Amino acid sequence: MTTTDLPPVAPAATPEAARRTRRVPYWLLLPGILWLLVFFVAPLVYQASTSVQTGSLEEGFEVTWHVATYADALSEYYPQFLRSVGYAATATALCLLLGYPLAYLIAFRAGRWRNVLMVLVIAPFFTSFLIRTLAWKTILSDGGPVVAALDALHVLSLTDALGVTEGHRVLATPLAVVCGLTYNFLPFMILPLYTSLERIDGRLHEAAHDLYARPVTAFRKVTLPLSMPGVVAGTLLTFIPATGDYINAELLGSTDQKMIGNVIQSQFLRVLDYPTAAALSFLLMAVILAMVTVYIRKSGTEDVV
Amino acid sequence: MTATATTGTDVRLTGISKTYGSFTAVHPLDLSVPAGSFFALLGASGCGKTTTLRMIAGLEDPTTGTVELAGKDVSGLPPYKRPVNTVFQNYALFPHLDIYENVAFGLRRRGIKSVKKQVDEMLDLVQLGDLAHRKPQQLSGGQQQRVAVARALINHPQVLLLDEPLGALDLKLRRQMQLELKRIQTEVGITFIHVTHDQEEAMTMADTVAVMNAGRVEQLGAPADLYETPRTTFVANFLGTSNLLTADVLGTAGDDILLRVGDTKLTLPATRCTATARTGEKLLVGIRPEKITLTHADDAGTVADGRNSVRGRIAQSSFTGVSTQYLVDSPAGTGLCVYEQNIERDSRLVPGAEVVLHWNPGHSFGLDAAQNVEAGTDVEAEGAG
Repeated sequence: MTTTDLPPVAPAATPEAARRTRRVPYWLLLPGILWLLVFFVAPLVYQASTSVQTGSLEEGFEVTWHVATYADALSEYYPQFLRSVGYAATATALCLLLGYPLAYLIAFRAGRWRNVLMVLVIAPFFTSFLIRTLAWKTILSDGGPVVAALDALHVLSLTDALGVTEGHRVLATPLAVVCGLTYNFLPFMILPLYTSLERIDGRLHEAAHDLYARPVTAFRKVTLPLSMPGVVAGTLLTFIPATGDYINAELLGSTDQKMIGNVIQSQFLRVLDYPTAAALSFLLMAVILAMVTVYIRKSGTEDVV
Repeated sequence: MTATATTGTDVRLTGISKTYGSFTAVHPLDLSVPAGSFFALLGASGCGKTTTLRMIAGLEDPTTGTVELAGKDVSGLPPYKRPVNTVFQNYALFPHLDIYENVAFGLRRRGIKSVKKQVDEMLDLVQLGDLAHRKPQQLSGGQQQRVAVARALINHPQVLLLDEPLGALDLKLRRQMQLELKRIQTEVGITFIHVTHDQEEAMTMADTVAVMNAGRVEQLGAPADLYETPRTTFVANFLGTSNLLTADVLGTAGDDILLRVGDTKLTLPATRCTATARTGEKLLVGIRPEKITLTHADDAGTVADGRNSVRGRIAQSSFTGVSTQYLVDSPAGTGLCVYEQNIERDSRLVPGAEVVLHWNPGHSFGLDAAQNVEAGTDVEAEGAG
């Protein structure tokens, strides 16, 4: 090849062109930033201002920096806060217990059934969250087969004694709400777990066995640590929405199982006490943020989530 | 060191085989590896060498047969109960542990509390002492390879199994690691079983090489024996290069077999022939390219008596530094390969020149003509890729 065949060398980029090139990422970010500004930041600011207003629906609300709303809301509704965290934590733990073996099986043992099983895991999403929870209402209904079977096995006597069910019924008890939460959020646990398990090189198991680790030890020392990113992601994806959820408590619980989501919903839509509702929303956000921060710090996986 | 210094057989495979459905990965195989030796299983990909290794490690259950380690039948034992350790292909280092903990893994699993001294010693042996607290992904390929060796060796296994341990390294590093592994083996005296597709690697490192093809051991022996006296066309072609000529057996004269290729008469010492030569039947005569001398046809008279000689014409020549490689067409066969050392280069030896190829009959070997002459020629290129 001779040099005359070469196309003319591109002219050196002008400062103007260089500046334009540098701006491209910002233009690409713009739609997303706008979206977040309009639908996330603006409502958040609006809610923040609502939470420090006083007044009534008739006289109108006014920003009076009445911070005491927060203290009042917390002192009045802390039982619901605690219950929300308790239910969500229990449901998350159950999701992990049910989801980990399932994700493990799909990732390592399912073979050609892997994709079928994954479709089954996400199949519930083809139906609305509300419909699915309503279905649970039927399943757990007092005369239904589940209650009859549990009663025949004397399981309900035991759960009654433990205080998670009452009067030999499942519906309108903590058990029903936790079961509903567990069911509804299980896929959010399984998917990240599966993803992180599936990424583990099978030869690492062999290497562990080769280096004198029994199956249980190999799991504890190799598989489990390597799947921690999935465990952390799964628990967060389950715990955060479960804490704020109100559908399960609404449909499967009674007034004794109200969670903080139910309180916020009724303050906003029924009592029409907007400042209290807004303050509760911020308190919920703060509680979740604090817990998640501590959790991520403890599990030491900031860089992998 | 442990009891590995005792002599005798370390690994004995008896009638071991492995089938997956209708596919037979390893045909029933008997193999014994002497204690303290460096043993290589050589073959192209899919020949069953890795499956054999995995059966020794316990990572694969043999369909039939038994595995004995130092006289004890371990066939039924899971991998974590066998006194063997493996250096895996691509190393399989634990990514969540640092180098120190990777190396300490086996000791800790056996409940050894104070591992520091041993780990430090082992890291020194593989010259990685200053990288103890790095994670595997922060190391280069060669360093990871040494960690994998250290992680296995620290357990003083009865046998160390190496599954293509150098496959992921570039050529220069591979050469260096070959010497390094050989040094470590000599130093620790443990039996090494090394699986590789690289015939040069096997010959450089191993005391004994077993050449495997399609789930069977084709030939087993010291590298030099395999190279000088291959017993099958596969071994002749897979280990280095061979010129294989189809010859008619004319008869015998004393200790020699008399042969005819085209219109050229050749002799072959009967001791160099592994097949039975019957007059009137065919035989393959093999000769390595570097054993052939090229002489220009004008000097044909200078060829000493008693040497086999064949006339031909140079079709192609290429200069490779240490030697010049010629392809010669002759009535005995086309594309005969000849390597001439670049000592006294004859300027007349250019493509088109008439030449005489001649060799010492004792350097050639005889093979059964019923085999595929091409066996093992193309698999090497694929395996080396």
